[in-house]
Parts: sequence; structure tokens; C-alpha cells
Amino acid sequence: MKKILFIEDESALQKTLGEILKQEGYQVIQALDGEVGLRLANPSAGGEKPDLILLDLVLPKVHGIDVLKNLKENEETKDIPVIVLTNLAEIKDVEKAIELGATTYLVKAEYKLEEVAEKIRKTLQE
Amino acid sequence: MSLKNIFAQLNIIGQCRKHGLSPWQCPQFLFFLMGIIIVCSTLVAYFVGTRYIEEPEWVALTVLLFALLLFIIAVIITRSFEKLAETNRMKSEFINIISHQLRSPLSNLKWTIELLMSGRLGKIEKDQVEYFGILKENSGRMEELVSDLLIVSRIEAATLPLKKEETLLEDLVNELISEFQLFAKASNVKIEFEIQKDLPKILTDPSQVHLVIENLLDNATRYIKNSGKVNILLKKRDKNLYFEIKDNGVGIPKKDQKYVFQKFFRSENVLRQQTQGSGLGLYISRAIIEKLGGKVGFKSQENEGSTFWFTLPLKS
Repeated sequence: MKKILFIEDESALQKTLGEILKQEGYQVIQALDGEVGLRLANPSAGGEKPDLILLDLVLPKVHGIDVLKNLKENEETKDIPVIVLTNLAEIKDVEKAIELGATTYLVKAEYKLEEVAEKIRKTLQE
Repeated sequence: MSLKNIFAQLNIIGQCRKHGLSPWQCPQFLFFLMGIIIVCSTLVAYFVGTRYIEEPEWVALTVLLFALLLFIIAVIITRSFEKLAETNRMKSEFINIISHQLRSPLSNLKWTIELLMSGRLGKIEKDQVEYFGILKENSGRMEELVSDLLIVSRIEAATLPLKKEETLLEDLVNELISEFQLFAKASNVKIEFEIQKDLPKILTDPSQVHLVIENLLDNATRYIKNSGKVNILLKKRDKNLYFEIKDNGVGIPKKDQKYVFQKFFRSENVLRQQTQGSGLGLYISRAIIEKLGGKVGFKSQENEGSTFWFTLPLKS
């Protein structure tokens, strides 16, 4: 069973998207802030290496951009595909995330739930 | 401060653009202009003084007092414009923050409704679908409004992103007409599209132009009473592509026409006809077209209809 780490401080979003992913047969690990997210992504810190990370940018404790930077600088986590899922839609945020190694950048307000699930499926198949 | 920064500070027009202000609203430009006026007026006062006043002390004093007076006026005017610019900047920042904060709960709402309607959590009854539909439609309207506010804040901060690519405008128009067909049919409106043959592709931002045509088509269709017709024309005119949309709707009263492209403006007769709408569509449309190097305009007659048009350069 493929594991998805979902780093998102909005528990309602964790629940809706998480529900669909669970129904599709994925194991969803939830983190409500950047610090927990980093710990859960890193086997050396006691986490389980996920197959994919869904990452919000506006997060408590550690900002999403710093989480992404940290993940990509760490040998153990740098190869994990990261889909940024946020409502920040400024060009500078998109460019920064892609430059740091995000696989895809999705603005929540511009996508339907099923479309996001489809992007996740495709990324995991690649 | 590096040499590059000093030159950047001296570039007055650049500074004004950075803050999204026209020169006549920009404190730096106004201060520079007042400086020139003061120097010129001082020189004039000096020449007039030396010609009509005999004692040099009086000439010097007159010129000095005159320059001082002008300087005080310049400072007062510039300070008031500075306050205006600062208020404007704070307002845009406020809209930006609020819009971002509103987007998250709206996404939660939208996705929750979608999940419920998908039937993944269990079958929903037929009459429940109708009410979920109402929730979906209203959350969609709120999203559109927030999205419009975000665009406005980007326009005002001069950070509206443009992604230009080779675009066939004809495709955009056809796509939008088919999107609007259901709404038009429900409103008893017939949409007709006339196009000049073999129009070339142009280098423009398709998503922004899409937004402009969508706004114009929405207005044209929405403000037709009972039934009517919308005529769209696309052709080449001089060095531009010319888009025109004509309706036989409620039209715009003469007294309101000068406010049509202002933010949040909605004409009185339009408010009677249709209460929905933010009054941002035309403001956004004009800003986008002008940023893409084109022009926008309209003519209208109350109770007879309106014709809105825009141009986009064939080569940019």
C-alpha cells in the first residue's frame, strides 16, 4: 500500500481529501504542522518514508517553503515527490517551490477535489 | 546604499510604476515637478524683480519669499498625495490578505460539498442533490468574488502576472460561447459570432483575455430583459485585432457612463435588473487589456443596449 504524507493545518481538508485517498487504497499519514511533517517524512527521525508528500505552504511552526527546502536537502527524503497544495497563487511562490524541487504546484481554489486526486494518482504512477 | 540602488531611486517613473501609481498620483513625480516649477518661478521672479525693483536687497528678499511660499505649497500637496498613496497601498494589502484568508475556508467548503455530492460517502437522495447544488453554486459565487478581489489587489500593486503565448482569439471566443450557451438559452438570448477570415494568432495572455471576454459576455447576456440577441464581431483593424460585443439589453444611463470602468460601480438600472455582481468585471477588463497593450471602450443607450469593444496589438 502506497503511503502519502499529507502536511496540512486545515483539518477539514485533511478529512475530505484524506477520505478520497483512503478510498482509493492509499495509506494517508497526517501532519498538522511543518515540524511534525518533517519528522514523519524522515526515517532517521522516527518517521516512515512516504511515497508522496502533499504539502501546504502556510503552516504553523515551520513554513511550507522551509519544509520543502529541508526535504530536498536531506539525502533520505530528497527523492520523494512533493505536490504543493496551497492557496498562495503568487508567481513568486510558484517559482520558489518549483525551483526548490516541488513536482507539481496546485492552487486549491482552482481545482476540484477529484482533479487533485487524479494528479496524485498520476504522480504516484510515474 | 549601492550605486545601483541610488540610480533606481533616481528613476522616478520606475518608482511610480513599482507602486502601481500613475505619475499624477505619485509623490516622487509630483515633488520633482514642483521642484522644476519652483526653480522656473524663482528665475522668473528674479528677472521681473531686477527689472521693476531698484534695490537688489528687495529683489533678493522677494525672490526668496516667493520660492519659500512655493516650497511650502509643494510640501503640503506632496504630503497629502503621499498619504493618499499610502492609504491606497494599505487598502490593496488589506484586500490581498482578506482574499487569501477567505480562500482557505472556501476551498474547504467546496471540496466538502464535492465529496458529499460524489456519493463516495453514501447515496444521497434526489431532493438533497438540489440543496447541495445550491450550496455549490453559492460557494462558487463567493470564490469568484474573492478571485476578483485578488485580481484587483494585483492590478493595484502592479503585480498582475502575464503569461504571453501565441493565441488564436477565435478559439477563445468559440470556447466561451459554448460555455455560455446553456445560460443564454435559459435567458432566451441568442449569441451570434461574426469573424473575419484568416485572422492571425497574436502574442497575448490567453487566460487573461479569456477573463475579459467572459466578463463582457456575462454582462451582455445577463442584462438583457426577457429575450434578446448578443452579436460578437472579431476582425483586423489597422495594426490590431478588434473585438466587439453588442447587446440589446438595458443599456447604461448617460449620467452613469463615465463611471462604468470604476471599481465596484453598478449602474442604478442594472441594480434593478440584477442584484448579483460585484462591479469589478469592467474595471478588471480594462486593466488587463491596457496591460496587454490594447484599448477598450463602449457606447450605450439606455433601454436600447450597449456595445463594448477592445483591441489587442497584432504584434507585441
